[in-house]
Amino acid sequence: MAAQLRVYRQKIKSAQTTKKITRAMELISASRIQKAQARVAASGPYARAVTRAVSAVATYSNVDHILTTEPEKIERALVVIFASDRGLAGAFSSNVLKESEHLTSLLRSEGKDVAYFVVGRKAAAYFSFRKREAAKTWTGGTDQPAFEVAKEISDSLVEIFLQEASAGGVDEIHIVYNRFVNMVSQVPEVTRLLPLEVVDGIEAPADNEVLPLYEFEPEVGDVLDALLPVYIESRIYNAMLQSAASEHAARQRAMKSASDNADKLIRDYTRLANNARQSEITQQISEIVGGADALTPAR
Amino acid sequence: MADVTGAGAAPLQVSVVSADHEVWSGGATQVIAKTTEGEIGILRGHEPLLAILAEGEVRVTLPDGKRITAQADEGFLSVENDRVTIVARAAELVS
Repeated sequence: MAAQLRVYRQKIKSAQTTKKITRAMELISASRIQKAQARVAASGPYARAVTRAVSAVATYSNVDHILTTEPEKIERALVVIFASDRGLAGAFSSNVLKESEHLTSLLRSEGKDVAYFVVGRKAAAYFSFRKREAAKTWTGGTDQPAFEVAKEISDSLVEIFLQEASAGGVDEIHIVYNRFVNMVSQVPEVTRLLPLEVVDGIEAPADNEVLPLYEFEPEVGDVLDALLPVYIESRIYNAMLQSAASEHAARQRAMKSASDNADKLIRDYTRLANNARQSEITQQISEIVGGADALTPAR
Repeated sequence: MADVTGAGAAPLQVSVVSADHEVWSGGATQVIAKTTEGEIGILRGHEPLLAILAEGEVRVTLPDGKRITAQADEGFLSVENDRVTIVARAAELVS
């Protein structure tokens, strides 16, 4: 009986300790998410300006450029996966990984070879556990992405894209990341980065506005050469920032429900412990009464 | 050429953005920047343009005659409908 009580007390203790941790993590994420969101917003003007410029070149020139023209046959595709460094964020990482699996099987069914760039320790672990090759891996800092990392990633992207398929290059690049919709909703998003699909609906120049004939300096080709790496960089950076904001939101939510769960456990176990204590007392009383009864000489 | 001394609404809407934030935005009468081809000055009514910037200063003249100078590296300049956008990976105001 007393043993039972002790077991319940132990469980309450452990639930309380867990709750302290999850509670702290929840609060940390909640405070970081504001900052992450602000960073997404701050990178907006740059992304918009770059996108606008790229769509201008692509729409108002008919230059053939490797980055915009669709190759006749796509042999290899590259998938860039943005996951997180740490777990305890609900389905955050598994969502993107699942989405990238879908994408992979789709690409394979189209007869394309698939290579991967992996960002975030969780995704790297997923790959190494399954003994799958990732062409390149970046870990660390997924919750506070630095522009330098985005630049590094996009440089390698452009480099591998410019290589011939026979030399290990790719003809197509997709990115998979969690898009931050709001605090409660983050959706895994798959976007084809290259060849350019100019330009995903949202960023298209305003409805009735007609973009005029552009002049390019120095040459259309040169402008594209300079512009496209910048465009890719801004897309990658934006994906990383969105992913970071989503990570914080997902972690906050996961940790909140963990704390709530711990609360429920504590309540349930407290009831059980009270019950056990009461029945222990009841038993002791009845033992005493029984003993006393046995000692009283029969009348 | 457009009337650049005009008071009232600024003839050009200028914004200078770098990768992680908007450095400066507002009205201006004139923008001078250095492209890979050489210096270029932009006044109201400039034809749509997309140019690669050489490393250097971008000078913006405000309607009240004041000047703002920004340092822009590895960027480009786009002009359309009197909206001038200077986009650089790293940009900052010098004065």
